[in-house]
Amino acid sequence: MNQEISIQTADFSLADEVALLEQDNAIDGAIVTFTGRVRNHNNGMDVSGLTLEHYPGMTEKSLSKIINTAKTRWNIGRVKVIHRIGELDIGEQIVFVGVTSKHRHDAFAANEFIMDFLKVQAPFWKKERTEQGEAWLDAKTTDDAKAQKW
Amino acid sequence: MIKVVFFAALREQLDCSELTVSCENITTIADLKLQLASKNEQWQTLFGNTSLLSAVNHELVDNEQVITSGDEVAFFPPVTGG
Repeated sequence: MNQEISIQTADFSLADEVALLEQDNAIDGAIVTFTGRVRNHNNGMDVSGLTLEHYPGMTEKSLSKIINTAKTRWNIGRVKVIHRIGELDIGEQIVFVGVTSKHRHDAFAANEFIMDFLKVQAPFWKKERTEQGEAWLDAKTTDDAKAQKW
Repeated sequence: MIKVVFFAALREQLDCSELTVSCENITTIADLKLQLASKNEQWQTLFGNTSLLSAVNHELVDNEQVITSGDEVAFFPPVTGG
């Protein structure tokens, strides 16, 4: 099992994840973390929560490929990616990306790179719950453009 | 035989999460899409959607990708995680 990737229904603790990235790691002076949360609105509609579906097996493979590409492009130390699945309510944490490096530039860039590619390549799908019922989210073309910039 | 799986909105619209297809007359993803599309009008519309993504054995591929017996092929809409 890849220790760098976790697909889970349970919530995660930012403090615990940072502690793990820091533990016995004296060579890295930088830690950059990103946490994504469920918004209460999308496209002008009130959202009450969402359900996340994924493709078991491909999800891990896809994330692992993205992380390995980041490792070849930047001088980074540890990486952790957590993505939650199942039913999530407003304000709940969905995704975590943590990257360490000796100096900040590598961790900043690699973290954003991993998030940008997770958005367009990792097989997750969000279904929103709104007052009008449930609806699958459409992919954003701006996300494609962001990933292509790398 | 080829195992074919569907996800998210596509799975719901097809009302099918997985099926098995004989590899006869199928060389590429494009061939498989044509065969699935021939089922009925709704499947024809759904598999004619050019934004549909395809994966073979957990890797994203394009329409020209060659597929063989034992492969797991997946079709799904553009991803929306994160």
